[in-house]
Amino acid sequence: MAERPSDTPLEHLLRELTPQVLGAVVRRFRDFAAAEDAVQEALLAAATQWPDEGLPDNPRAWLTQVAFRRMTDQIRSESARRRREGEIALEASRAPETTTTIDAAAEEDDTLVLLFMCCHPALTLSSAIALTLRAVGGLTTAEIAKAFLVPESTMAQRISRAKQSVKDSGIPFELPTTEERAQRLRAVLHVLYLIFNEGYTSSAGPQLQRVELSREAIRLTRSVRNLLSNDAEIAGLLALMLLTDARRVARTNSEGELIPLMHQDRALWDRAQIAEGVALISAALPKGSVGPYQLQAAIAAVHDEAGRAEDTDWPQILALYDLLKRMSDNPIVVLNHAIAVAMVHGPTKGLALVDALKADARVANHHRLDAVRAHLLEMAGDRDGAVKHYRAAAGKTGSLPERNYLLMQAARLSTELRLVDEQE
Amino acid sequence: MKYILMMNATKAEFDVYAKWSKEDLQRNVGFMRAFSKELKDSGVFVATEGLGWPNEARIVRAGKDGEPITDGVFAESKEFLAGYWVIDVEGPEQAYKIAARASAAPGPGGTPARMPIEVRQVLSGFADLGL
Repeated sequence: MAERPSDTPLEHLLRELTPQVLGAVVRRFRDFAAAEDAVQEALLAAATQWPDEGLPDNPRAWLTQVAFRRMTDQIRSESARRRREGEIALEASRAPETTTTIDAAAEEDDTLVLLFMCCHPALTLSSAIALTLRAVGGLTTAEIAKAFLVPESTMAQRISRAKQSVKDSGIPFELPTTEERAQRLRAVLHVLYLIFNEGYTSSAGPQLQRVELSREAIRLTRSVRNLLSNDAEIAGLLALMLLTDARRVARTNSEGELIPLMHQDRALWDRAQIAEGVALISAALPKGSVGPYQLQAAIAAVHDEAGRAEDTDWPQILALYDLLKRMSDNPIVVLNHAIAVAMVHGPTKGLALVDALKADARVANHHRLDAVRAHLLEMAGDRDGAVKHYRAAAGKTGSLPERNYLLMQAARLSTELRLVDEQE
Repeated sequence: MKYILMMNATKAEFDVYAKWSKEDLQRNVGFMRAFSKELKDSGVFVATEGLGWPNEARIVRAGKDGEPITDGVFAESKEFLAGYWVIDVEGPEQAYKIAARASAAPGPGGTPARMPIEVRQVLSGFADLGL
């Protein structure tokens, strides 16, 4: 694994402390946007002072105090301005003291409240992702911008608009009500899942220098799980991330070409991560509240536990997809289910299911429909058809390595076709 | 998802543009400046560039010795890239909406020029093929 320059213990500590400090400041001052700015300033001060002066005895209290002071200064100058403008206001005298009394019980809740706030359904997904990485993940705007390959000013603007949306929508700084809780938690898990996916699907080959979003997503999901250890879907999501990320190194060759699961060198898979993921999902499933993340993790676990591709327990994967299909209305799940059907009952059965998806407008023009059809046609021995659909998929995908992979599958098959013609 | 919005025009169209009135040009340039700011303020901006005019364009091919062979006389119907924006948005629909805003840039007399804007996805890294 390439070493990240941003992986220093100090930065790690600051990231861990960010949501705790921010939570304390928002709780005290009730102004999320201003608190967020104040905490960023405190983090910057720490990053420049601590390496020279050494760690303070209580880093969290230090950060909180600096952020409190920034907030107080801001309120004072704001009320001074208003007094100058003739408004009689005494806010400054009401500004809170800068002493830090942090309610220990509220601390853990604060991180959760922040997370629910940043992943609020009122925000667009890209805003929620950026805000979560900064306010809960403790990443700098520059790091987030780099991870998403956009200019820093664009990411800064996105974050400031997201904060404005939080303000405008009047989202209170408190945990969601019991009625809302399940839905709000789903939104949180979705954002964490998207952060993981963004990292997993784009950090390879020449992009290794990017902040590793998938590792960040795993870290965040781990901390959410520590706060809500009874929720089986959080455990499922964490397991899914670990079991998927375990294959990262095997997923590409030295040229950066994509290697599908069935051809990966399984010796390269991260055994420790697989063991952790398997343990998590094995403990979560018997709890009885089975959800989509747990099922996807269970499927990933079946793949990861097969010593060779041909040892894969496809009947079990099919059973899991049957359950998943009943639970979600996602056409991509139907597509994956069709692959499992093909592996258990033969390609013709799988192809029939893929054909049925053509009527679904959400995937009718999706490259994966063509890619899966090509794969199943190849299994069925229809090389001409497979070549045609590999090429069609290549024309639709949004990923360059994937397009290369699909074109090479088509090229491989047409070479085989020519050889067959020459032999006949 | 990233998209590139490309403004293409024929040589003849560039020549017509060169003859716009001062007022029309100012209005158009002002719009373009405001449009880029709008993209930046809304947090979708990635990059933008305007390109030199087609009369300076050259097509280069490698000769047998690897030296450049340049070609500069183009058919009137050929389209040239005039400029582009790269944006990072939630999906194609948002990209189309932004492209339509660019297309509505004011032409002569201030009426929308309705220039065609070509929208293409910028390819990303790995997507999960699920195979």
